[in-house]
Amino acid sequence: MDVFAATLAAVLFAGAPLALAALGETLSERAGVINLSVDGTVLFSAMAAFVTARVTGDAWIGMLGGALAGAFVAGVLAVVGLWLRAPILAVGFILTLLCRDLAYFLGHAHARQPGPDLGVWTIPGLSDIPFAGTVIGRQSPVVYLSIVAVAAASFFLYRTRAGLRLRAAGESPRAAFARGIPVERLKVLYCLAGGAFSGLAGAAYSLAVKPGWGHPQGAEGAGWIALAIVIFGGWRPSRVVLGAYFFALIQVMGIHLQDFLPGLSSTLFQIAPFPVMILTLLFINIRRSGRFRDAVQNVPLLGRLAGKPPAGAPGALAGVLDQDAA
Amino acid sequence: MKSPSPASINILSALALALAATLAVLFFAGAPPLTTLAVLFGGGLDSTASLLKTFSSFIPLFLCATALLATYAAGLWNIGVEGQITLGAVFAAGFLRLPDPATFPPALALILALAAAFAGGALWALLAGALRAYGRVHEIFSGLGLNFAATGVTLWLILGPWKRAGMASLSGTEPLPEAFRLPGFAGKPASMAGLVLAVTAFALTVWLLKRTTWGLKLAAVRQNLKAARLIGLSPKRRLLEAMALCGGLAGLAGGLLVTGLYHRLIPSISGNFGYTAILAVLMVSLAPLFVPVSCFFFAVLLAGAVQLPMALELDSSLSGVIQGVLVLAFLAAGRMGIGGRLGGRLGGKLTGDKT
Repeated sequence: MDVFAATLAAVLFAGAPLALAALGETLSERAGVINLSVDGTVLFSAMAAFVTARVTGDAWIGMLGGALAGAFVAGVLAVVGLWLRAPILAVGFILTLLCRDLAYFLGHAHARQPGPDLGVWTIPGLSDIPFAGTVIGRQSPVVYLSIVAVAAASFFLYRTRAGLRLRAAGESPRAAFARGIPVERLKVLYCLAGGAFSGLAGAAYSLAVKPGWGHPQGAEGAGWIALAIVIFGGWRPSRVVLGAYFFALIQVMGIHLQDFLPGLSSTLFQIAPFPVMILTLLFINIRRSGRFRDAVQNVPLLGRLAGKPPAGAPGALAGVLDQDAA
Repeated sequence: MKSPSPASINILSALALALAATLAVLFFAGAPPLTTLAVLFGGGLDSTASLLKTFSSFIPLFLCATALLATYAAGLWNIGVEGQITLGAVFAAGFLRLPDPATFPPALALILALAAAFAGGALWALLAGALRAYGRVHEIFSGLGLNFAATGVTLWLILGPWKRAGMASLSGTEPLPEAFRLPGFAGKPASMAGLVLAVTAFALTVWLLKRTTWGLKLAAVRQNLKAARLIGLSPKRRLLEAMALCGGLAGLAGGLLVTGLYHRLIPSISGNFGYTAILAVLMVSLAPLFVPVSCFFFAVLLAGAVQLPMALELDSSLSGVIQGVLVLAFLAAGRMGIGGRLGGRLGGKLTGDKT
């Protein structure tokens, strides 16, 4: 039982930055903006957050620095991709590569240096309960931040007027525009907000989950996982966060398995999430396909086994990242 | 007086923009701007030795950029080039373990090894292609995932089945026997054969894309998938063919890295060439004739950046920063419409830009 609780706690911890980045991308894509720069943004803001925290001596100012750095990258995407209308997938991808190198270049002087981190919060009362205390009672602040962020994003998207306008802009930009919703302005706004979330994810890595800065930083590739999680989660925060915990579980299992199978290199476990990423996308896409629906008509058991398919992409993005087969 | 052409205004404004952004980055890093730029460009250009270093980066970069022309022609966002290089390297290194260096004709061994490299890269690319065509998994995700998977394969081989006698180390596999190495150029591992191969591959690919029915079909698939299917162009097969050609050329680059440069299989042998090639191709907005120029320029930056840690205690990732900034500046300048729209050549299919 203790092992189980400890594993759950580790999953919540490792999944926190993934959840933050995937939530940010969900907001952005829900408004109709695909931001492919997440991976670079996470690294760049991880560097920015760590350097800010080192210079100011306060990890929380570091978190703020990370969020601002993330919003800055999203701002570049907004200027070149939305305002100048350069192809946004290309701009996002260039930014990913650029920010990664920029992070290593600017962070060079702070690499492998000690710096502040966010530490652990103990929730009075909750931390004394046997099982729940281990899982959620004594955790890093980023865990609580990610949980609050998911609840807030869900509430915002589905229960507020602004959330409805955001969904309308992404689902049917023309109709939304005709109803007087400033679609382009909302796209810029949520692109920036999404970038800030990715920035928080980066900060969560360098100030909590993989504390410090180095070359390479442990967070490499996390942004791409986050992008896949958004598709996996059908662009819904509640499901997106489950995706984040699923991938966190794979990472945690990798660390555990290393004790049992010491012959395998730890690097091999670090890459395990990526083939799984491909397989989950394959599964989701087959589940959504017309042929699978026909098969379920004939063999109902198949449908029950595979579960309900997640929702499709927002209308403005339909077919861009989950396109029909050629 | 003749006014300058729109394209040259674009290029000049892009260069100015990129220079300003680079100087800003150098200022933030507290680096001396002029000295840094001098080291960066001098390290790749100032002597025969540095030119040879530039060429040893240029060859794989140019091959990968050529490879990307094929997938871009089909409207595919192939970011799996890194993995395709790696698999090419694995296949070449694996093949060269088989024959006995004392008896087997070296020229034949090298030709077969490069053919194996082509096949390895093509297979890895076909995997991503099949996931896209039959599994509806976007090639951005499959490509990236397979890049990481390829790293895993190399590490496993280097530490496991192909480990050096007596010790497994991350420095790589047992070096190739002398006979199975591509001849170097003036004692430096920048092979002439590699350069000839890269230039030939480039000419052939451009000819295929611009002058044959196959190239026309790819363009049709890129521009309107539905129409291409309706008139019987079998888009799935065309996509797979484009992927296979791209992967094959990238694999060839990997084979050249093994036989011509490193002479063994090392971890992360793809050395970021796959990603850099994407930038080189995007910088010239997919215009094939300028691809050699951008590749050479990027190769100079790569060769120069190696000097930065020694000379100025700066991280060598500066080359990547400048490359990214340049490409962004070119995209932005093309879009600002100061002198015509350079960026407009990226078709809507590639970008998902529905406006």
